Amino acid sequence: MSNITRDQFDVLVVGGGPAGLAAATCAAECGRHVGVVDDNPALGGQIWRGEVGKAASEAVDWYARLRAAGANVLCGTRVFHQPEPEVLLAEAPDGPLELKYNKLILATGARERFLPFPGWTLPNVMGAGGLQALVKSGLPIAGKRVVVAGSGPLLLAVAAYLRQHGAEIPIICEQASWGSLVGFSLALLRQPQKVRQGFALRKQLAGISFAASSWPVSARGERAVEEVVISQSGKNKTVPCDYLACGFHLVPNSELAALLGCRLRDDLVQVDDYQQTSVAGIFCAGEPTAIGGLELSLVEGRIAGLAAGGSAPAAKPLFAEREKLRKFARVLDRTFSLRAELRGLPLPETIVCRCEDVTRSRLAQHTSWRAAKLQTRCGMGPCQARVCGPATGFLFGWAQDSIRPPIFPTRFENLITFNPEAERSEITGGRG
Amino acid sequence: MPEPITVTVNGTSLAVPGGATVAVAIVLAGAACRKSVTGETRGPLCGMGICYECRAVINGQLHCRSCQIICQPGMEVRTDE
Amino acid sequence: MSGLAYDVVVVGAGIVGAACAEECARQGLRVAIIDRDVIGGGATAAGMGHIVVMDDSEAQFALTRYSQQLWQQLRQELPADVEYEPCGTIWVATDEEEMAEVRRKQNYYAQRGVPTEVLDPQTLERLEPNLRKGMAGGLLVPEDVVLYPPCAARFLIERAQGAGAKLHLGSSVSQIGNGLVRLADGTEFSAAAIINAAGAWASALNPGVNVKKRKGHLAITDRYPGFIRHQLVELGYLKSAHSTSADSVAFNVQPRKTGQILVGSSRQYGAEHGEVDTGVLTRMLQRAQEYMPRLAELSTIRVWTGFRAATPDKLPLIGPCLGDPALFLATGHEGLGITTSLATARLLVDQIAGRNPAIPIEPYLPSRVPAEHAYA
Repeated sequence: MSNITRDQFDVLVVGGGPAGLAAATCAAECGRHVGVVDDNPALGGQIWRGEVGKAASEAVDWYARLRAAGANVLCGTRVFHQPEPEVLLAEAPDGPLELKYNKLILATGARERFLPFPGWTLPNVMGAGGLQALVKSGLPIAGKRVVVAGSGPLLLAVAAYLRQHGAEIPIICEQASWGSLVGFSLALLRQPQKVRQGFALRKQLAGISFAASSWPVSARGERAVEEVVISQSGKNKTVPCDYLACGFHLVPNSELAALLGCRLRDDLVQVDDYQQTSVAGIFCAGEPTAIGGLELSLVEGRIAGLAAGGSAPAAKPLFAEREKLRKFARVLDRTFSLRAELRGLPLPETIVCRCEDVTRSRLAQHTSWRAAKLQTRCGMGPCQARVCGPATGFLFGWAQDSIRPPIFPTRFENLITFNPEAERSEITGGRG
Repeated sequence: MPEPITVTVNGTSLAVPGGATVAVAIVLAGAACRKSVTGETRGPLCGMGICYECRAVINGQLHCRSCQIICQPGMEVRTDE
Repeated sequence: MSGLAYDVVVVGAGIVGAACAEECARQGLRVAIIDRDVIGGGATAAGMGHIVVMDDSEAQFALTRYSQQLWQQLRQELPADVEYEPCGTIWVATDEEEMAEVRRKQNYYAQRGVPTEVLDPQTLERLEPNLRKGMAGGLLVPEDVVLYPPCAARFLIERAQGAGAKLHLGSSVSQIGNGLVRLADGTEFSAAAIINAAGAWASALNPGVNVKKRKGHLAITDRYPGFIRHQLVELGYLKSAHSTSADSVAFNVQPRKTGQILVGSSRQYGAEHGEVDTGVLTRMLQRAQEYMPRLAELSTIRVWTGFRAATPDKLPLIGPCLGDPALFLATGHEGLGITTSLATARLLVDQIAGRNPAIPIEPYLPSRVPAEHAYA
């Protein structure tokens, strides 16, 4: 059995994106012993991936503050189980970790929502954020043609980033209508920093064609995607490309919160004024509480960090800003809600569960997630339904069943590292 | 820019930018990551360790998420292709 | 709301209820199957899915062997998603004492026509190189099978439906007896015979029924084709796992047709909640890793729990319920429900239809078990 490393923190933060960085920094600045764990090779989350320790950016400021405050950073480390209250087990590059805490802050972020359509399983059809992450991780994109499609503000940010790195963007397809996008723009006007970002983005995107009420109908290619058929204003049009970067807005990573027994509503973690969940001592900040973007994540992280760090009163002045940003989150939600036509994208033979290759027609024979899962293996693969769960939720209205450990696949031996002595003596072995 | 490093993908050596993930090395090698359970060729999807489409064999260890692992000099990567 | 009349109403769409419904429908009876959840959603979904001969008792042997033969007859008709895999079982012996048990078992099976093969340490190592070195040997039972139970239950229910049976899923039953099945929504079915196949929940419908929940944990890995080739079971299994007093764990792993490794097993009494129990899970996986050290590095993707329906004498209840001759029990199969489902259905319908059973039914009749039997 591999040896377990044990660590104890006043405040443990799960997730090193903006919310987690802000939370850990604020808690550490309160004088607490703070640990931050993140599955990625470096801090920064998805939005700041590859920028920590690089060029000047807001991320670098937070990282410097975090270091100055003396927090412990554990990257490449993924939490998979809570063996008992106030203890988490994590898989790290050098073996398992047992992390004890007094206060816990969940800043687990969000992931892209993927919707199935014919050809979406071809290589080089990726998430919009997915392709961006690969480019940030070293994938050369200069001279490549990338169709960006799906929904949400991430599409624009990704298109701008890819273009900056030399990609050609033939078109951005946004499934939301112009009508809802106008409402979104008006809401942006009430947020000066977003207006500034918007102007910068517009400049970076100048000359790229942007289609509203547009979505990918199919992707085609031999070994990898070669062209995408898009629906635009009710007509289909074929666009040649090297990559299709496609995500339909974001869904919260709320699995750990669910495992810990925190109350969720519509997959969002419910929190009080101080970002505390329904479980005392467990806080949540950022996208798992509402898909609201960078600024909301930062302010929620700061509030959670201060409250968990024992300086709750210092968090109060931040409430007003958070309230303003939450209004924006609600606008986001309305603007980028999915149109019903997208339910018609997958053909009967289109794969919906990519781990187990389960097609739409096989799923359509069932009336619940559980029945579909048991009969087709949908959601039984290593992604644990993180891809097909939100997709089947949208396609069929199915709700997922309960969360069980491990919440991520982990090495077998990691599941036996935690051994509560008290319980051991009660259980007899086979013969020994 | 960090120095390029050399890894092996399916027996062929190639240089990748320092700090690149194994998923990037696989794409640069012109390979896909894995064969699905019905035999489809798959590459990375989410880029952030969620979807498990980028699983590959790294230094003999099966089912590694190549998008979350940084290339180390001399690393041996095998894909299902 | 009456008016829905059937010859037989089966409560429970697990593997046992499915088999009973299929057998009844094939006999031309008008059948309804009711389940509060989905097909095979209880112990059928949670269990390992083996078709094995067992020799805890003469009656257990007779039932498992009879049923295994029924599965063999059905084999050609099973769809691919049932994942029928005649991989055989190897009972693994760690020392000479357990090798003595191997020889006793071989002798027992040989006398009853079950082919087996005693494996010396070298042969065992060749067949299962990932077992710990230094094992004393084993007993290969080549006719044992693993399959995927939820799809097997669905297959049986579809056959029943093909013969006219009606399926009602998502319907909670609030009351059964005296020829009447009442649902929580007030719907009533009248039936000449009612079969209580509600597994570990059978006693919730018939409070006198002596069936207790016995909780189990399982874990499954990602796909590692060829890592193991047979179902592997430790020989301490019988002694430890069937103890009715203490919680226990035992080494029991299966190669699934997908290439995944299914890892068990644990048994707990008195646990009512379905949550994963870290202490028990830890012990169970530790036991498995002791037998198979290389399991350590495999990616483990899911862990789950379930409830077996356990009786005091480790034999199922198959036959009329005391005090209501029109109410039949088909429950209490503990860890052998997949194996014995087909034989259970035959023996029960033999009783309903007045046919001669292929094996003596007395050991399985509910009347043998005092309702107030105390557990050790």
